[in-house]
Amino acid sequence: MSRRLHIEVFRYNPLDPNSEPHMQSFYVNEYDSMTLFIALNLIRDEQDPTVQFDFCCRAGICGSCGMVINGRPGLACHTQTKDLPDHIVLHPLPVFKLIGDLSVDTGTWFRDAGARIEAWVHNDHDDFDASAEEVRMENDLANDIFELDRCIECGCCVSACGTARMREDFLGATSIARIARFYLDPRDERNEENYYQVIGNDQGVFGCMGLLGCEDVCPKHIPLQDQLGIMRRMLAIHSVKGILPKRVLDKLKHKGCCHESH
Amino acid sequence: MQIIYSDLLCIGAGLAGERVAVEAAKAGFNVTCLSIVPPRRSHSSAAQGGMQAALGNAIMGDGDCPDIHFADTVKGSDWGCDQEVARIFADTAPIVMREVAHWGVPWNRVEAGVHTYYKGGKPFDAEEKRDKHGLIHARAFGGTAKWRTCYTADGTGRSVLNTLDSMCLRYEVGIHDRTQAEALIHDGENCLGAIVRCLKTGELKAYLATATLIATGGYGRIYRATTNAVICDGGGQIAALDTGLVPMGNMEAIQFHPTGTVPTDILVTEGCRGDGGTLLDVNEYRFMPDYEPEKAELASRDVVSRRMQEHIRKGLGVKSPYGDHLWLDIRHLGEKHITTKLREVYDICTNFLGVNPIHDLIPVRPTQHYSMGGIRTNKDGAAYGLKGLFSAGESACWDMHGFNRLGGNSLAETVVAGRYVGKKIVEFLQGHTVDFKQSAINDAHTKVAARIMEMTKSSSKQESAIQLRDEMHSTMMDNVGIFRNGKDLQAAVDKLDELIDRSKSIKLQGTAIGFNPEISLALRIPGMLKLAQCTAYGALMRTESRGAHTREDFPERNDKEWLNRTLAYWKDGETRPELKYEETTPYFEIPPGERGYGGGKIIAADIPEEKLQVPGKGTDKKKAKQTKKAS
Repeated sequence: MSRRLHIEVFRYNPLDPNSEPHMQSFYVNEYDSMTLFIALNLIRDEQDPTVQFDFCCRAGICGSCGMVINGRPGLACHTQTKDLPDHIVLHPLPVFKLIGDLSVDTGTWFRDAGARIEAWVHNDHDDFDASAEEVRMENDLANDIFELDRCIECGCCVSACGTARMREDFLGATSIARIARFYLDPRDERNEENYYQVIGNDQGVFGCMGLLGCEDVCPKHIPLQDQLGIMRRMLAIHSVKGILPKRVLDKLKHKGCCHESH
Repeated sequence: MQIIYSDLLCIGAGLAGERVAVEAAKAGFNVTCLSIVPPRRSHSSAAQGGMQAALGNAIMGDGDCPDIHFADTVKGSDWGCDQEVARIFADTAPIVMREVAHWGVPWNRVEAGVHTYYKGGKPFDAEEKRDKHGLIHARAFGGTAKWRTCYTADGTGRSVLNTLDSMCLRYEVGIHDRTQAEALIHDGENCLGAIVRCLKTGELKAYLATATLIATGGYGRIYRATTNAVICDGGGQIAALDTGLVPMGNMEAIQFHPTGTVPTDILVTEGCRGDGGTLLDVNEYRFMPDYEPEKAELASRDVVSRRMQEHIRKGLGVKSPYGDHLWLDIRHLGEKHITTKLREVYDICTNFLGVNPIHDLIPVRPTQHYSMGGIRTNKDGAAYGLKGLFSAGESACWDMHGFNRLGGNSLAETVVAGRYVGKKIVEFLQGHTVDFKQSAINDAHTKVAARIMEMTKSSSKQESAIQLRDEMHSTMMDNVGIFRNGKDLQAAVDKLDELIDRSKSIKLQGTAIGFNPEISLALRIPGMLKLAQCTAYGALMRTESRGAHTREDFPERNDKEWLNRTLAYWKDGETRPELKYEETTPYFEIPPGERGYGGGKIIAADIPEEKLQVPGKGTDKKKAKQTKKAS
């Protein structure tokens, strides 16, 4: 027996002086394999063409459709209605600037974060020799780098972050994992001091309160917790390296996960 | 109205747009990229499989070279491609893969030693060479003689896009996301930029530029069942076609991917079959070897899609509430392989289908996937008809794909063409100045503003954009699909005539101050209908079967009459496109012949001797002789 879903959607148009933030109820008949992508588009096609929400790939790969689903940040496109109760409440992601209804401006936030941490491989990009063989790399290392390149910048981790809710300039777990990606990459010529400059502060790794909501909600299951730990350890050691004996430093100095044996 | 000036305006910030942007920004030019979504959400990010380049590092790609890649591409295109362009592509692809590696792409690498690979579902061992250890690895894709597809697990598009976007950040390319180019600004001779709608506020702005690039991807959304993202609505092609000056090339050449999932139409990568996945029917019988004994599941996409449809028509599909489908079986690849090298596939199956591909079969059917056609450009990426307008990637008909493109060739095209066309644009910018005529800016702005005003205010109009979209979808699915015939195509053309007429009377259903998503659709639908008509009408007139264009009433590939490219122009006020035809290729490095898969009869052409010479390379007598024999 198919259910009749009660979907409550947050409505607010910041550009309309008469608009007040409020919840609006819609009702949709559920059918097999229904996702929130399908349900929201039905609402827009059949009930209210002005509802704002974002979808792009609708396959969980692009990160457009992050929203708060029954109180928890997640991707609407890969949320199946059968996994939810028949009353579904949808809010826009907090922290990001609201564009309207369920749509928020993640693009500006992530570009700003990228610029602050200088999120590119620091080497001489013009020094590319078209006739030379590529610089060799171990396949395992390539896989480790790709593991962190899988972030789709949906913003769920930032929305679930206690620190980000309190301080606007916090870079969030996503940016720290992004820096960790370059730290792993031998093509990036930055040293520990350079990394310290960009994330060795309260806006970066030392702002994290360790609540780890980020890891709980990451739809791509990126090991955000490990990366926070690795980067924090690296920067903490860096800041006391004049004090600790070299023997201890050498023992602590590796780039991988702290659970691995080295 | 706000006016923003750049040297280069890139409409679209996926792989092709950003690769061009990087090239121009590195040369010191001021570049602005427009994108409907933040660039990293572009549909390029969804490409799972990989990029073809003849590096020849993998043992299964041993001895590969651009010549073999070129030959595979020409065969794949069913001799419909521009061979000069395909040659540029095959020759430069390896360099471009190394270049993006230098910039940060974590390509999977060769690991020396014995590895177990799969072909046709059967495991075999091969030993990767020690001297290749650590170089860029490759996997198998359909229609190729060698394993040639460079990859980063199954997130190739994601990782290359991240890298290019990071280069845009480094070279300070201006990224203006949530913007949609609604019309090109031009004076009849030069393209001067675009009128752009801000998707945050609804405001119209003028972006002026000495050079304008369209890199907006495909137009798959004219079909209901498509693997394309929601934003792949042909916005760039529409802006170009609406000038009346710029033609679309080969719009009837539409690729259906063999493995769209049912019912969500999300693609699972060709890498599944490349890595050894097989296709099964209702009896869980592997049917492809019966049709294609040699290549089986790894024949080119048009052939596999057609064979699947043929098999379903025999009643051997699996019945479901969403229509008949077949099965993709990757169970034998094992948990480790599926959860690492095919992880996106695993995620898609578990998250969207409720299927666990380690233990279950995946429901698949051929689904609209790629537009070989698009804005016709010359080999430099310069659009026909307007100076200063360029196009690259899927939005363009550059034309290395002809009537069918090989898996892994389009993702590679984005960056290979991006680099090549980018360099040509830099040359253009270095030697070119343009006058920005106020009247041209006003004309373009007035047209867009008037359209929005009419659909908002007019009381005599009543058509719903959503209704028109749904009717277009049904028409394209029913009558312009994998198998085509004159009767159905004529019905589609007639129906599209009607829809185009009705699209002049679109009226908004709701109102909203600022940005209104309904306006986005209402502005796009009339143009999408025109693209659909270019596709249907081009398909109706092309009375042969070539690559992905399959006419049941004209099953032969007719080189005698149809070894050409369709050009569709749309003059202002007309109800149908005007079709013209041009030569497929300036010369044939490889004369038309058998593809070696797909079957089908060929009506041979009489190709003059001088067309069989590669300029600067002299006559290739051996090849010329072969053609004579074939004809």
